[in-house]
Amino acid sequence: MEEKRILLAHGSGGRMSRELIERYLVRQFENPMLSLLNDQAVFPAPAQRLAFTTDSYVIDPIFFPGGDIGRLAVCGTVNDLAMSGAVPLYLSCSLIIEEGFLFSDLERILCSMKEACEEAKVQVVTGDTKVVNRGGLDKIFINTSGVGALADDNLMICGHRAQVGDKILVSGFLGDHEIAVLSQRKNLEFITEIRSDSAPLNLVVEPIIQQGLGQSLHAMRDPTRGGLATVLNEIASQSGVGLVIEEALIPIRDEVKGACEIMGFDPLYLANEGKLVAFVEGKKAHEVLSVMRDTKYGQDAQIIGEVVAEPKGVVYLRTSIGGTRILDMLATEQLPRIC
Amino acid sequence: MKYLDEYRDPAMAHDLIERIKDLSASINRKTRFMEVCGSHTVAIYKAGIKSLFPNLDLISGPGCPVCVTSSRDIDQIIRLAELPGIIVATFGDMIRVPGTTSSLQDEISRGAKVSVVYSPLDALEIARENQAKKVVFLAVGFETTAPTIAATILQAEREGVRNFSILSYHKLIPPAMKALLAEDEVRIDGFLCPGHVSAIIGSTPYEFIPKEYHIPAVIAGFEPLDILQALFMLLMQIKENRPAVEIQYSRVVRPEGNPGAMKKLWQVFQPADATWRGLGVIPESGLVLRQEFAHYDASLQFDLSVEERADPPGCQCGQVLKGLQRPTDCPLFGRVCNPQQPIGPCMVSSEGSCAAAYKYGRS
Repeated sequence: MEEKRILLAHGSGGRMSRELIERYLVRQFENPMLSLLNDQAVFPAPAQRLAFTTDSYVIDPIFFPGGDIGRLAVCGTVNDLAMSGAVPLYLSCSLIIEEGFLFSDLERILCSMKEACEEAKVQVVTGDTKVVNRGGLDKIFINTSGVGALADDNLMICGHRAQVGDKILVSGFLGDHEIAVLSQRKNLEFITEIRSDSAPLNLVVEPIIQQGLGQSLHAMRDPTRGGLATVLNEIASQSGVGLVIEEALIPIRDEVKGACEIMGFDPLYLANEGKLVAFVEGKKAHEVLSVMRDTKYGQDAQIIGEVVAEPKGVVYLRTSIGGTRILDMLATEQLPRIC
Repeated sequence: MKYLDEYRDPAMAHDLIERIKDLSASINRKTRFMEVCGSHTVAIYKAGIKSLFPNLDLISGPGCPVCVTSSRDIDQIIRLAELPGIIVATFGDMIRVPGTTSSLQDEISRGAKVSVVYSPLDALEIARENQAKKVVFLAVGFETTAPTIAATILQAEREGVRNFSILSYHKLIPPAMKALLAEDEVRIDGFLCPGHVSAIIGSTPYEFIPKEYHIPAVIAGFEPLDILQALFMLLMQIKENRPAVEIQYSRVVRPEGNPGAMKKLWQVFQPADATWRGLGVIPESGLVLRQEFAHYDASLQFDLSVEERADPPGCQCGQVLKGLQRPTDCPLFGRVCNPQQPIGPCMVSSEGSCAAAYKYGRS
């Protein structure tokens, strides 16, 4: 039997659109706000200060070891909220689908979004669906926006606040996501056990705040495109400080190192979807590290370096053989669609 | 990790570093070593080796095949990409190299068909799949890539693929080293010889360096410990005044090289004079297809005539490639020339000396 496919009419706004929304979206994301089928979600302000973010997901391939575009679309937006210390609450979900897309693939993606939402304890409360002509886009693009609540007024986590003496923490092994995705690409196919690290990082951040360590978090960012090197350079320049990183302390799996050797990549520039870099007040760093290591997605966390006064805006790497060099931003490498 | 961490071992590195420092101090003058392989350039920067030895001057020679391709050759490639019915297949780093007025990247945005491949065999595959088009592979590289391209030509011949051809801009390393040494102004105390090129050609082609110029040469691997050990071997030769060609990278390189690969190379190609950016025409330093494979030579099939134009004003790539200037000495470096907007080819390829200096070496 021919598999059921998305037709242009499913995005027309008529009966077929309604069917798609009710049967697939509302059923998967079931919650009182969404089930009202209004054009917007209405909810009471959950806190004085809110965090708000948006991101679009265009990854190719849409299914990869350890995740898919759906899990990515939830975790990515949740993580952007969590990096401010906010508790993520509500998401929007906009789907732009290519005509002819398989319903079975859509269902698989929505199902994984739902699982990720449950894990991150967030709800999809509003959404939109469009269908474009075949060839108008590549399979499916997803946009999610998110709202989170900053319950504690003392939380001030910001890219400008890294301070001299801060320790730099990463929450686990770097590079898994990009290697897992690249391993699936045509012309680059290779066999690897590596799985994408796509994960909701509020599960790592919330325990730190609950333990009363929130104020020791000065800056936090998730190293997605551009990887660790890019985030370090961003923070160094935003905060006007220097950073010194110890190469030997950066957690990278042997398999990722190996794949990088073969393909000529530097793991410090590889994208991650479930890792964070935190700039933590020096004397609280070990406490924060141990809380991080007790969480599901922070078990392999490490302190990898510290913040120094000079030279401002520059990241130095002490190499494993004891040499020193700068660790620069990614200049121009052609990035394939990895998120 | 097997075969990786072993060559980056901090304790062994520390020991070697101390021994190099002692040896270097006992020689009592600043020594200048040149590497002629882009992968060495990057490896040296990446491991931070330059920062360790103030008494060693490590300079980069013409070791990046993209960087030594003349702008006239790039203009020819652009001309080719503009022709109708052509698919240009190339390794990725050629895409951004600026000719005098345009780059392949610019041509792509104007509708040229350019495919990035990881192997010349992929280019042959594209030819099989696009019978109505003519597929031209840009054969840019040193002795390392030439045998695989020769093998691709032989395969095309066996299969009778007729819509496939190459533009050979291959360069040979030993003639370039000879040309460098022949220049009066160039001062080099030792060569770090390329590991992968040598895996193909062996150590014999470098024998003229100690014999005629009394300069040491060590064929080195690419891991930090490889490079440190090779530096130690070079200094030892200077200290003991016994210049020779030595192989540090013995786990890969044999004195005789890879005779099977060399046989294929010479079956398909013959040496020819070639123009190197910065170095000019060097006799017998390039490769052209032999007469019996001339039907795979794109330069004979298409009109690729281009006007002669000068290299971009101010660009010091030529001096940098000879080791006469450091990338940072160039007035354009970091000001108007950077990896996002390269003026000269040394800034384009990630293995170019300017790109490596920009990425790892600024302070």
